[in-house]
Amino acid sequence: MSTESDDTGEYEHYEAVVVGCGPGGAAAAARLADHGVETLVLERGTEAGSKNVSGGLIYAEESAAYTIDDLFDGFREAAAERPVTDYHIHNIAGNKVKSYELTDLHEHDTDWCDAVLRRQMDSWLERRVHEKTSETGGGVLTDVRVNGLLRENGEIVGVTCDELDPIKADLIVGADGVNSELARDAGLMDWEEPDEWFQGVKAVVDMEPDVVNDRFGIDDDEGVAHLFSGDLFEDVRGGGFLYTNEDSLSIGTVFHLDSLVEENAEPHELLDALLTHPLLAQWLRDDYDEREYSAKLVPDSKKVAHPEPYQDRLVLVGDAAGQMQAQGPIIKGMNHAVTAGALAADAFVVTRDDAESEAAGRRYAQMLEKSGTMDKLRPRRYELSRGVGEHDLVESAVDRVLESRVGSLAVGNPIANGLLKRAYNSPFLVSMLPDTSTGYVTLPTVIGEQHGRTIHWGSEIEPPTLEERIGDLTYDTDVGNPHIELRDESAEASGAAVHACPVSAEDFGGGCYRSETVKTNGTEETLVSLDTQPCIECGTCAIVADTEWEHPRGGKGVEYREG
Amino acid sequence: MRSIVLTKGVPDFSEGAVSFDEDGHLERGKTPTVMNPNDKFAVQAALQTRVRHGGHVSGMSMGPPGYADVLKEAMETVYTDDNYLLSDRELAASDTWATAITLCAGLETYQEEVGDIDIVFAGFKSADGETGQTGPQTAWAMDWPIVTHVLALDIDPDERVLRAKRLVEGDIDEIETVEVPLPCFVVTDPEFEPTYRKASHRLTHKQLRAETEERAADHEEHLTTWNHEDLNLDPDYIGLDGSPTIVSSVDPIPKAPSEREATMIDPGDEDEMSEMLEEMQPYATGAGD
Ligand SMILES: Cc1cc2nc3c(=O)[nH]c(=O)nc-3n(C[C@H](O)[C@H](O)[C@H](O)COP(=O)(O)OP(=O)(O)OC[C@H]3O[C@@H](n4cnc5c(N)ncnc54)[C@H](O)[C@@H]3O)c2cc1C
Ligand code: SF4
Repeated sequence: MSTESDDTGEYEHYEAVVVGCGPGGAAAAARLADHGVETLVLERGTEAGSKNVSGGLIYAEESAAYTIDDLFDGFREAAAERPVTDYHIHNIAGNKVKSYELTDLHEHDTDWCDAVLRRQMDSWLERRVHEKTSETGGGVLTDVRVNGLLRENGEIVGVTCDELDPIKADLIVGADGVNSELARDAGLMDWEEPDEWFQGVKAVVDMEPDVVNDRFGIDDDEGVAHLFSGDLFEDVRGGGFLYTNEDSLSIGTVFHLDSLVEENAEPHELLDALLTHPLLAQWLRDDYDEREYSAKLVPDSKKVAHPEPYQDRLVLVGDAAGQMQAQGPIIKGMNHAVTAGALAADAFVVTRDDAESEAAGRRYAQMLEKSGTMDKLRPRRYELSRGVGEHDLVESAVDRVLESRVGSLAVGNPIANGLLKRAYNSPFLVSMLPDTSTGYVTLPTVIGEQHGRTIHWGSEIEPPTLEERIGDLTYDTDVGNPHIELRDESAEASGAAVHACPVSAEDFGGGCYRSETVKTNGTEETLVSLDTQPCIECGTCAIVADTEWEHPRGGKGVEYREG
Repeated sequence: MRSIVLTKGVPDFSEGAVSFDEDGHLERGKTPTVMNPNDKFAVQAALQTRVRHGGHVSGMSMGPPGYADVLKEAMETVYTDDNYLLSDRELAASDTWATAITLCAGLETYQEEVGDIDIVFAGFKSADGETGQTGPQTAWAMDWPIVTHVLALDIDPDERVLRAKRLVEGDIDEIETVEVPLPCFVVTDPEFEPTYRKASHRLTHKQLRAETEERAADHEEHLTTWNHEDLNLDPDYIGLDGSPTIVSSVDPIPKAPSEREATMIDPGDEDEMSEMLEEMQPYATGAGD
């Protein structure tokens, strides 16, 4: 570090500043330090992972330029839960379920795949990154929130923070995840269109290791993944998942945000629909103990992965650049964040002597392209099929056929059964699935109805209420300094948040968003109000409501223990 | 930069386990001891100085052997490099004057045996005695300038001056900025808040914390205990026998001028000591300037 002047004047300078210590930031920082670059990592959580949520399965793809264990020795033993050794998808229609093994799709291009809990994983990464970066004159600082880009003569030269004086750097890595304030400040991403995002909601459920083994029929070093789709989520497009951890289960849902908004769906109720489905009763029985409720937005790379995620000295990696791939039912964000982070570091090192400020960024974009990462994120065939799939007429026509007796019979015939399994397991086909309810709801429902076996038992699970879930979370509230402000409190502008916010609900007074009927001069009006205290920083209302949205100051807000 | 932070233990009132002897003197040995809450601001100031300017910080305390725990607490919270305990049965039940003299002897012994001190940090007042005079009295005895009620400070190691923002209490509180040459005493105000706005400072802070975790684990290794002989103090003038104070009321803290001629007193010399104690008497009973 070099200081250009004393306490009063100019700013500290580091060769590289990495914002965010999730998988993307950790990979970038580790690789930079391996190259001997003086690297400062700034993380807003009180410990890395305390703000983060994933499903989460971390993949090591055979074709990837970098995987997490390339960069961090001993990752799988120390930071991960169970490896996934079995993979299934369940098509649900009422209490009829048709299950397919998805192992082929899961194993396609997969070296290994482990379930992870983010607090455990990211805090482990943070410690390794601190060790590595300390050796080259930097380190990791937690409880620090970067609030913007530092510019000189219009050019990005560093970052500004709530807790620290501005910092200059030759390379700024924006690895600040979904709702990246840096990406938005640079004008590289916007927070406008709900159809560019998914919303993920998750419950971590306590379960003793031997009970996990027993109920899923696995050994200590084995794990399973189950995916769920069909009509258990009514018409909301998306699906559910269940992954086994060492001594817990991760059970959650991922829905298209535009669909949640259109259907006025309550995310926690959708999660409960999954938790209380009789199919899950075989694993959960009646002793349900929820450790944590969490939620976060997930970008859809097909639509938002930025082909040129850089500007001046800033490069974006991971969710910040929209690099989150929904490969049909399989969700791959962490692995791509890792690859991108490491590539950004390499790009900086090979262009270090180039005086031009965008040299690293340009090289990084080329590397994303050349390594094949970009084509995974934004498959060309999706671009081609997108226009067709999203056409309302085509969609409803297909739906009508599927729902008709003829269509159902076609999907329902025994030959189709084999074909469907093959289709689900085809990485080529799943990457083409249009984002319509056909793929998510209609087809799985028909499959469930036609091929499914009926489940004859019920569920005795009673998930906690929203109030109990909020009550169980840990918060360090920044009293008097709300991080979100409502710009427009009309129902038209911001009413969607009352439903879509995962800690709010119509008729629930203890959440973030509430709607109230106000009478003025004889006319009635519905207005929306906001209390950020129970906010879990998922990012949803940044998109679906008219807000001034920021992350809380360093260390403030919700603190996840599981993630 | 070499700093000393003076800290003391106070009975842990919270536990309700305070114990007095027949004469109404506190039985320190039987009462759980914790760091004087007001010393926490002093130790934070010492840490901030260490983080910003590097160097060495030692903790110093006068009291029974149990005060080692208080020094350990100082090590854990502000990462003192080493600690010095001035402890001796002869030093028991000292009032603030005798304490000041003992601490003064401790500081001088430290200068002789360890190294030259730049700043001594002391707390505002202690939670038990509530006199708030130990710091100023020790500074007076050392004949070093003292800045009290410090809210923020800034040190220029090259110029060897310390600039401090201090609270001037009155009908309306004012904040004034003063400048004193090193070495000096700093008494922090409870409003003192360390600030670390530079990334490098936070990294240093984190580094110190990591180093301290190891050190605090075998804290005893870094603790030096000095008795009255090590300090070259005459028991007649310290401890209960040497405590002239009869507490009537507690009033403003005497402010030592920044520039003053030093008078060295040999603590072994009976005449000199009595003379000095006589001189100090007015301050001790609360009639100070
Ligand atoms: C329910 C759910 C299920 C998912 N399932 C999977 C899955 O199974 N597999 C998979 O690979 N991916 C999954 N994902 C996606 C995956 O979590 C993300 O793609 C991945 O975390 C992206 O990594 P990242 O490093 O880019 O960002 P993040 O992991 O979000 O890390 C960003 C970091 O930056 C910090 N930060 C943010 N803003 C600031 C700031 N202003 N200043 C300082 N620090 C800041 C944050 O605290 C955080 O530590 C899922 C996501 C959700 C929500
Ligand atoms: S207030 Fe907004 S960011 Fe917070 S939990 Fe609700 S939707 Fe998410």
